Amino acid sequence: MTKLRILYFAWLRERVGRAEEILALPAGITTVAALRQHLNARGPAYAALAEPTVRVAINQAMAGPMTAVGPGDEVAFFPPVTGG
Amino acid sequence: MARVAVQTAPFDIAAELAALTAGRPDIGGIGSFIGTVRDTAGERKLTAMTLEHYPGMTERALADIVAEAGRRWPLLGVTVIHRVGRLTPGEGIVLVLAASAHRAAALAATGFLIDWLKTRAPFWKREHFADGSTAWVEAKAEDDAAAAAWATTSPAEI
Repeated sequence: MTKLRILYFAWLRERVGRAEEILALPAGITTVAALRQHLNARGPAYAALAEPTVRVAINQAMAGPMTAVGPGDEVAFFPPVTGG
Repeated sequence: MARVAVQTAPFDIAAELAALTAGRPDIGGIGSFIGTVRDTAGERKLTAMTLEHYPGMTERALADIVAEAGRRWPLLGVTVIHRVGRLTPGEGIVLVLAASAHRAAALAATGFLIDWLKTRAPFWKREHFADGSTAWVEAKAEDDAAAAAWATTSPAEI
């Protein structure tokens, strides 16, 4: 199966209403931008994913909109970091 | 040479200094930064702060930042400890130690490490106020500017 593990952090986790989920990767979704659009279309809880400040990491490395997404990847969505 | 840790427990600065310098008489200077929880956020009274992180990626990001510091300055040891969980005003959040033969590299590397940590390591702070409400801390433009300044400053200029 072509599955992705998706993680949400901080206020994004609260808005989406879960910390993680397993998603069956729909055919044709091969980039971060396409995945974000797909998730965003699932409903109001996912609207926060459209916010431009939301960052994305693929397999624990920062990613851009055109970064490739494939089966087995760990995809994380989160707000700008505020540690230190 | 490098110690990176993400933990809920407080850090012991004296113990970390001793560990960093043990058996290293070639060290001539150690830069340090200790971040602590303030009791105010703007005008509001703060009672606590909760720090969330991305287990796995956080440790990896910190190791990458330490490695980058090692490429820029002749460091003889680095310690980065960041706490997570619930912290109250006065408690330490982050400890950065950078050791080198001379002070310029130690001090510059310390500044670089905390500036990059603040903008690149996946931690998020949530503030708890005296009235019981909470709010996620927003990223600051000045932190981005401080981190970006290092990208264009070569070690020779410091």
